[in-house]
Amino acid sequence: MKNIPLSPLEPSARSKWLAGSVVITYAVISLIPLLWIFMTSFRTPQDAIAYPPKVVTEQSLIGYVNLFTTRSRVSAEELASLPPPKTWYESLVRDQQMILAGPSRFIDRYSNSLLIGFGSTLLSVVLGTLAAYAFSRFRVPGKQDLLFFILSTRMMPPIAIAIPVYLMFRNVGLNDTHIGLVLLYTVVNLSLSVWLLQGFMDEIPREYEEAAMVDGYTRWQAFVKVVLPQAATGIATTSIFCLIFAWNEYAFALLLTSGTAQTSPPFIPTIIGEGGLDWPAMAAGTTLFLLPVLFFTVLLRRHLLRGVTFGAIRK
Amino acid sequence: MSYVQTRLIASTPMRFRLLSAQGLSDRALAWLFVGPTIVLLLAFNIFPLLWTIYLSFTNFRANRPNADTLWVGISNYQRVLGDETIWENFRATAHFLVWSIALQLLLGFGLALLLNRRFRSHSFWSTAILLPMMLAPAVVGTFWKYFFEPQYGIFNYIINFFGGPGTFTMLGDTQLSPWAIVLVDTWMWTPYVMLLLLAGLRSIPAYLYEAAEIDRASAWTKFWRITLPMVMPFIILALLFRTIENFKMFDLVDQLTNGGPGSVTELASIHLKREAFEKWRTGYASALAIIMFVSIYGLSLVAVRFLDKVKQR
Repeated sequence: MKNIPLSPLEPSARSKWLAGSVVITYAVISLIPLLWIFMTSFRTPQDAIAYPPKVVTEQSLIGYVNLFTTRSRVSAEELASLPPPKTWYESLVRDQQMILAGPSRFIDRYSNSLLIGFGSTLLSVVLGTLAAYAFSRFRVPGKQDLLFFILSTRMMPPIAIAIPVYLMFRNVGLNDTHIGLVLLYTVVNLSLSVWLLQGFMDEIPREYEEAAMVDGYTRWQAFVKVVLPQAATGIATTSIFCLIFAWNEYAFALLLTSGTAQTSPPFIPTIIGEGGLDWPAMAAGTTLFLLPVLFFTVLLRRHLLRGVTFGAIRK
Repeated sequence: MSYVQTRLIASTPMRFRLLSAQGLSDRALAWLFVGPTIVLLLAFNIFPLLWTIYLSFTNFRANRPNADTLWVGISNYQRVLGDETIWENFRATAHFLVWSIALQLLLGFGLALLLNRRFRSHSFWSTAILLPMMLAPAVVGTFWKYFFEPQYGIFNYIINFFGGPGTFTMLGDTQLSPWAIVLVDTWMWTPYVMLLLLAGLRSIPAYLYEAAEIDRASAWTKFWRITLPMVMPFIILALLFRTIENFKMFDLVDQLTNGGPGSVTELASIHLKREAFEKWRTGYASALAIIMFVSIYGLSLVAVRFLDKVKQR
């Protein structure tokens, strides 16, 4: 009985099985690079450059220790004359003929990414929500042109904007500041935020606000108390997309920051360090940097299509 | 005055009542809501764009802000378009665009067709496939450098395992390096094309296939006469979006090859960064930026047209 298809359109069991195995093969192959980086972050530097590459290796936290610390090399006699290491990570460092010199800049860069990411997300979602509501409900003159103009700003090559923005920031002292990057990312995300949120607003029936306004709410009260709660999913989705963009952004961060406000993407490639061989530390930094995005991607899976098409395709 | 309006005014606090009573409130509110967005976009997009246009007609150099800035007319544009290396950059860009997008469309469409058969656990695997496209391109470039290491990279090992040429350097070879960026970009963005085309496939109404079934159309006919034409707007949309993104693509290539070896992978955007922020030829770089922007803007116009078309489904 179970082999009879439900309708002539339902693919046969065999064709499903075949499709499934091809797709799963592709998925597994395409995930190997991510898995390999994750595994490399728990290897020793020696194992990370072994040939042929080892799949099963000794597990070590040396990559993470190197990621968070700076170390200096000492001679064997000096090392022997030191008191015994106090912590587990200190002994890991000692095993490499080195002593701890201090924390690395990774934490600073990571917190810059968090601060700038959340700051710009907050701003662009607040402004985007207001603009999207206006575009969705009010008669805005030149609405189509304005919306196209807003979207077109997303299409500009970042380096092309970076030239004048660099000069602008230099004139007003915003180069290498958190506020400079927050403003810039806010603006770049506004297009996505307005387009996505307008789609979500359009889906909320106008009757809700109209009913509220009949009950004596003003437009503003109706917006805050009726529309915003209804748009919560849309606002959350948009926030995550904005956050991921700001988190991943590289070109502006590379060109407009150098120290104080530098975010993770331009910093991670510089971790490789001494002799260019500290791959476990690079892998550890990459793992910690990518994990939040992977988590959010899974969380967002139903809205991904909508996000990457600026809300045009809703499935 | 109707019952509704009376009630509305009666229960509204004073400051709101003034606005709503005049009937101006919605309009004022509209400007209040859209205003900040427009102001920010003007300040950070239109003003810089105008400035870039101005700079492109001057000999300004950002590392010598105090030197005299001279108006040089269209000579920057003449130099950009007459420059032999620019055409090499555009050739490198074209190679990258054509191959990466062709591969992504082929693989993405194939995967979408297979996923559309809704085998068990298909939604789990489609999420798994989507992961690479959400990652930071610059960081992706960094860790692929590790896989491409000639001495111990896992990519080289796998190629050699299947009878590869022994030691080879993906990123150091002028023949291979352009393919390295195509490969990594395809790995990263095939999921995007798959996602769009899957949506296209799912938008096809079932009755079309039912009708074809009654007419005893072959699977081949159904594909050419129903599936392909119905998915075509989505294919064009994917094509346009990928072209725009890859034309301005900077971060992945900057980290993976930094334009090298020599300049075989120096895409237009990498060249732009070198002129603007390494050689500090701001005027020249601005002219190149404007040329790139105009090309992308043209594509965007077409893309938005198709976005509207697809939206109507």
